[in-house]
Amino acid sequence: MSGCGFPAPGAEIFQFDAVFTFTIGSLEFHITKITILLFICVFLILGFFIYAFRKPKLVPRGAQNVGEMGYLFIRDGIARETIGKDGDRFVPFLFSFFFLVWLCNFMGIVPFAQIPVTSAFAIPVAFAVIVYITWVPLGIYSQGFGGFFKNLMFPPGVPKAMYVLLAPLELLSNLIVRPATHAIRLFANMFAGHLLIATFSVAAFYLLSASLVGIIGSVASFIVAIALTAFEALIQALQAYIFTLLAAVYISGALHAEH
Amino acid sequence: MSLLAEVTGSLGSIGYGLAAIGPGVGIGIIFGQGVQAIARQPEAYGVIRQNMILGFALTEALALIGFVAPFVYGK
Repeated sequence: MSGCGFPAPGAEIFQFDAVFTFTIGSLEFHITKITILLFICVFLILGFFIYAFRKPKLVPRGAQNVGEMGYLFIRDGIARETIGKDGDRFVPFLFSFFFLVWLCNFMGIVPFAQIPVTSAFAIPVAFAVIVYITWVPLGIYSQGFGGFFKNLMFPPGVPKAMYVLLAPLELLSNLIVRPATHAIRLFANMFAGHLLIATFSVAAFYLLSASLVGIIGSVASFIVAIALTAFEALIQALQAYIFTLLAAVYISGALHAEH
Repeated sequence: MSLLAEVTGSLGSIGYGLAAIGPGVGIGIIFGQGVQAIARQPEAYGVIRQNMILGFALTEALALIGFVAPFVYGK
């Protein structure tokens, strides 16, 4: 690499050495920082909501208030609005996803953690696979095998001749592209955001020198890194919302066909 | 075969720039129309905002794929 020698961070900042490894059978497990953070996220969420709802009262106070606000947000803002009145069944599913994804994203701006758990591609893929194996069987169960694929492949309100082109495209887009983009959207947002913050943080150190230009450049990079951290906080919540919203949209499409 | 033109350097950035054109236009249209819809019917804010964010997410995925592809297929 020619040029000024700026050590621009790349994909290697997402690689962590294993903290410890163990083998079960022929499988080798590498426990890295990201795995540990994922477990921390899961236990924090379990801990908080078990604490909040351990003795639910009619007039909520403290932690229960926060928990109920989160529940109502998912129920009224996502489940009922997207799926309709039978969406209440899916509130626990969407609720768990929203808070887990949010906390996993949020690890990106927590000091010392400072890596979004969802920026390791395996984790958004696992989330997307769970959503996928929920809505596909659900669609087959509630619309029948033929009905499910008919609704997937033949969207209504299109001239008959167009179906030659549209049916395979719709099948491909709904069954393959949809789960892929569901995972990539979350992963790429967190990946890009973390890379941006890392680039400006590295630049702040790299540009620091005893000259005027160096100090101005360094301070400007540092301010941008701080501003990007605030921006990331917004994006993290938004992406968790979008992930949950899309899960709800897929479930809704599986439950009742478009007319 | 003789080379007529060659491009070297960080092609990933150029690819991302190309990939961002379409979604850039799309996101502009989505939020522009969304704001217009809210201005016309402020009482439908909740539904409009939700659909706006949904459209934004679906469009943005294309730009993000353009961002990630150089890391995956680069080198």
